Order: sequence, then structure tokens, then C-alpha cells
Amino acid sequence: MPLVNGGKIVDDSFVKLAVDTPLPEAGDILVPAERFVGEAEALLKRAGKVGVIWPNNRDIDGLVPYLGKVATVALVFPTFRDGRAYSQARLLRERYNYRGDLRATGQILRDQFVFMLRAGFDSFEVKKQADAEAFMQTAKRYSVFYQPTGDGRITALHRRMQLRHSEGVGT
Amino acid sequence: MYAYDEIDRTLVNERVSEFRDQVKRRLSGELTEDEFKILRLQNGVYLQLHAYMFRVAIPYGTLASNQLRALAHVARKYDRGYGHFTTRQNIQFNWIKLAELPDALADLAEVGIHAMQTSGNNMRNVTSDQWAGVAPGEIEDPRIWSELIRQHTTLHPEFSFLPRKFKIAITASDHDRAAIKIHDIGLKLIKNEKGETGFEVLVGGGLGRTPFIGKTIKHFVHGRDILSYIEAILRVYNQYGRRDNIYKARIKILVHELGIEKFSREVEDEWQHIRNSSLQIDDEVIEDIRSRFTYPNYEKLPHMPDELRQAAADADFEAWRKNSVSPHKVQGYSIVTISLKPIGAPPGDATAEQMDALADLADKYSFGEIRVGHEQNLVLPHVAKRDLPALWKALDKLGLATPNVNLITDIIACPGLDYCSLANARSIPIAQELTRRFANHELANLIGRLHINISGCINACGHHHVGHIGILGVEKNGEEVYQITIGGRADEGAALGNLIGPGVKFDEVADVIEDVVEAYLALRERPEELFIDTVKRLGVEPFKERVYATR
Repeated sequence: MPLVNGGKIVDDSFVKLAVDTPLPEAGDILVPAERFVGEAEALLKRAGKVGVIWPNNRDIDGLVPYLGKVATVALVFPTFRDGRAYSQARLLRERYNYRGDLRATGQILRDQFVFMLRAGFDSFEVKKQADAEAFMQTAKRYSVFYQPTGDGRITALHRRMQLRHSEGVGT
Repeated sequence: MYAYDEIDRTLVNERVSEFRDQVKRRLSGELTEDEFKILRLQNGVYLQLHAYMFRVAIPYGTLASNQLRALAHVARKYDRGYGHFTTRQNIQFNWIKLAELPDALADLAEVGIHAMQTSGNNMRNVTSDQWAGVAPGEIEDPRIWSELIRQHTTLHPEFSFLPRKFKIAITASDHDRAAIKIHDIGLKLIKNEKGETGFEVLVGGGLGRTPFIGKTIKHFVHGRDILSYIEAILRVYNQYGRRDNIYKARIKILVHELGIEKFSREVEDEWQHIRNSSLQIDDEVIEDIRSRFTYPNYEKLPHMPDELRQAAADADFEAWRKNSVSPHKVQGYSIVTISLKPIGAPPGDATAEQMDALADLADKYSFGEIRVGHEQNLVLPHVAKRDLPALWKALDKLGLATPNVNLITDIIACPGLDYCSLANARSIPIAQELTRRFANHELANLIGRLHINISGCINACGHHHVGHIGILGVEKNGEEVYQITIGGRADEGAALGNLIGPGVKFDEVADVIEDVVEAYLALRERPEELFIDTVKRLGVEPFKERVYATR
């Protein structure tokens, strides 16, 4: 499954651990929330980056104490019709000011890229190669946004205000 | 009228090109039908019994004449020459070809019409009073706020994959024509003691398998906070609404399971985090939206013009006027409701020719504006009273002057088993038969205001729970069986109807309804007592006794 980051297909340095996989000595690991919370101290001490996979039915508050310590947070879309992780993403970015890597996992199709970018995701485990290759093109599909989110894209309402004021200066 | 600017037009065009790509990927097999289903639903495309059905949004029920012509064009070019107006200010085309859909959307985009979020588990078309901006006594035009909310809910990055569909309706009048109490969020525009505009917010209304009347979650939310308050409700719902069972996924179930007090505390907590964010709307933004609604230059006209006085001698005109013409906030003008319920025809259908001709009549008599109401009728909102006789003649020629608005033959019905893959029973033929039984105008007039609502399955698209008489088709041992309720209503006094007895077969429905009406005529205290008031006064029992005594 290709990983897209910064708009490009990149190698995924992280290995996903199950709840009971033995801990590898080195290398970057992605750990399920349950295991991460239980073994956080030991996991964070070892060499290599640690990321956490946070399920979409688990309250994001439990992750907040670790936000400064993890290398990535992976949120989950079990199917693309299940949109709970969009709320989690916005809370992490906009309420808890998480600035690290935020990864979308699960059933990720190109049709969600714009929504995900707006909600604050920056890495994407894309299901289909063709979608991963079409990332940049798809991400630019929209130039108009009606809602303010943490991604800082200007909303239609504010663009109109700007246009209004600049017209005002001219006349 | 609200005029789209370059920004709105750009977004609609970007959505069309995205959908074109999605259709292309489906046709090439790159997308599975399972994947495509969610994507097409986000854009109003259902797979029905015989073909794809395409649902187009008419936000808050306002159409310009050129937009109505574009709908006629789609009906003619891509469908079978007609469209069906729904109970949520949408229009449906029943015979669309998938490969042609992107072109149909592109044609509609040229006049600022789209199909975004007319189905799927997202925020649906924002609906409002079809008399908005012209109803006497209205607090202010609710379409300003409807448009603001329409924009905010369009392609929302957080709430486009909710547990289930989500519907918002807004009214600004004491008499609720938008059925806000049966919506996921109902907004009633009010003023506080300082004279500031805000909303009473209701939540958790809805019909379907488990009907609920909406409950007030907050008595006053200031206008500047309405987007953040809606966002707070949605965030709570998106995270905690049930996703394990489609029949328990609407917000009404969450509100019911948590209780309104706990639910409102959750929303309040969330709201306190976000109310002072960029979601707060300043006056300048509201003014900008307001400035893009244009209003007619009304003339100073007499209250009772000669033309109207003379036409009063014509009994047919008077019959139509009494049921179809309503007071306008400006002297000398009227609001005209156009019945899409001719005797013997499917409720809510209009042909391409009728739509084109109506667009012309709107240009001539209603400043180019048409409205669509949830009762599946159309409205010309600004007709000078002196023009009423001429308008009536023109409508009559088009088959659009049936004098039955609000009468027993002004039936609300879903498409039912004739089109819909979810239906268990037919709706349209029941409606057709009932209009024939009560075709006599004197009889219908004698009965007075009476709303019949018909749904062909428990999903309740025909709003049967809130019909004065509700008819629900179900399937029992391979046969269509109809359950009949009385006493429901969808207005400010919204209530769910009660069953009057065991279900009846297809062939018996019209007989039973005739018996119910006969019982009412015998039971009412005086001719002015409406059916719904007699049911309220007496309850179901006396009706049950009379209707089922001989069955």
C-alpha cells in the first residue's frame, strides 16, 4: 500500500506492530493505542521513532499527554464511509495543537484527499496505486472552501470580504 | 433571489469535474460498485428499480426562472420529459443514464444549480419556508441564514461521512411551513429582548422507523454563533452517533438514548471550545450575503384592483383564488400556490413543458421567481393582484389551476413501489385513486383543510406520521397492506398520528379513507372545525368505531 507524504509517494519507514508482536530492537514502529498506552515508557526509550495507531472509537483525550513524544499519529478509517477520524484529526490539530505527522489509514481513496488535507492529515496510506499517483492533481481539485478549519485555507466568506475591501480602496 | 458569485460558481464547477472523474473511474472499472455507491450518493444519484434516479437540490426552495428552464431542459434532454418535486425542496429525475449524468450536472451548473449532498450520509439540502421573504409577519427573511448554512454545510471536511443523513430546516414565521420539528436540526428565527436576531434550536426530530418530534436544545442562540452551535451538535453526533445499525444511526436516536439534558450538555461543552473561533459570523459577512439577495421593486398598488373585483363573478376563478392565493406582505400583491396535484395524476410531477411555461409566467407575473414547498407544490411569490385573473387563465390552460391547495386531494406521496427499490408498497396509485374519489370540488371544499400523506415503506419519505391522515404501505405475506393513522401534523403543533385500526388491503384503502372522512363530517361540531381539530377533541376511538364497525 503506497504511502503519500508531502504530496509524493515515499517509503514507509514504520513497521506496524500487533498487540503481541515482539518488540524489534531498532527501527521505526507504529503501535496500537492499547499497547502504546500500556508500554509507553519502554517504547519511547528505545532507539527508532514511535508512532501510535489510534482507533476512531477511542477518546482522543487519552492521547493528549503523549503528543509531544510520538513521531506520528495514525488515525483509522475502517471504511471510507466512517468519518469519525475527521473529527479526531481536527481536535488534534486545532484544539491540542499537535504539529507532528498525522497519518490517514484504512480505506483511503483519492476522493477523500481534500477533506483529509483540510482536517489536518499530512500522510496517507492509499489503497490504490493509481490514487496515490494522482495525489497532487486531486489535492488541487478544489480552490474554494466554505468552512474555516485549522489548515488555514481562506474561506469563501473571507475572500469575499477581501475582494470587497480591495474594491473599496480602488474607488 | 440569491445570485451566485464567481466563488460559488467555481466550487460548483469543481464539483462537477470531480464527479465526472468518479463516473469515468466507475465506467472503466477502476472503482467497484461498492466504492462508487458512496460517491454517487454524495451527489444525489440513486439506483432505483428501473434506472438511476437523480436528485437535484433547490436550496430553501427558491428558483429563478432560468433555473426552472434548466430543470425543464434536463427533463427533456436526459430524462423522459418530466420531473418530480419532493418533500424536501428537491427535484428528482427517474430515468437518467449514468454516462450522461456529468453533462446534465454541467448544464445545471451553468445556472448555479447542483446536486451536492442530496443523498448520502451528509448534511442535506437546507430547507426553508416557501413563503420566505414575502409572508406577512415574518421576523426576517430566513433565506439569508439558510444560504449561510448552505455554504457552511457544503463539502464540509469533517461532516461529509456522518453516521446517517442530516437535515436542517429553518422558519421565521409563527406558522411553520418548513416542518422544522421533524428535522435533525430545526431552527426557528426569533428576536431576543434586545431585538437581536437568533434562533431557537431544536434537535432530534425525524420520521422513518422510529419517529420523534424535535426537542428544544437551546432557547436562544445568537445569530453570530449559529454556525459554531451547529458545528458543536454535529461534532458530538459524528463521534457518538451509532454506526452499527442503520435504523439507529440518526441523531434522534442518540438524543433519545442520551436524553436531551445529557446531549445538550455534551453540545454545550463542545460549543464553549469553538464559539469564539473563526466560526463566529460578523455583521459584515451577514450583510454581504444579504446584499446578494435581490428583492422586487414592488409598485404601489391598490388592495382591491378592478380586475379582481370583476373576476369575482366567475365561480371557477373564485374557487381557485380561495384555495391558491394567500396574503403578501406588500399591499396589492399575493402569494400564489400552484397545485401539482391534478386529479388522477402522481403528486408533485411537472412536465418539461409545464416548467418552461411556468418560468415564462414567473417572468411575466412574479419578477422571475418561483418557489418549491415541502407539500410538493410550486409557488409564484410576488403576483400583483390585478394579474390574478390573467394568471389563472394561463395556469388553467397548462393544467396547473386545480383548485385544491390544502384540500383532501392535495396529497403528499413518495414515489413508492412504482419507482423506488426500498418501497414495499405502491403510493402513487393510492394517491391517484383518492383524488378521483374526492374529485368533486364542492365535496372537497365542504371537507376543508385536510392533509393526506402516503409513504410506500417505513422510511417515511411521504411523511405519513405527520399527515392529518397518514397512509403507510407495508408488505405482509407477499401482499401490500396499508396502515392508517389520523391526527398527525407537521406544523408548529407537530404531532405523530395514531393508528385507527388493523391494516387494510390495497383495494380497500380509498373506501376506508372515505369512511374516515364521513365519520369526520358527522362528528365535527361545526363546519369550521377542521378534521385535525375534531381528531384532537375526540381522539381516535369514535373514528375507529365508525370505520371498523362494518369491517
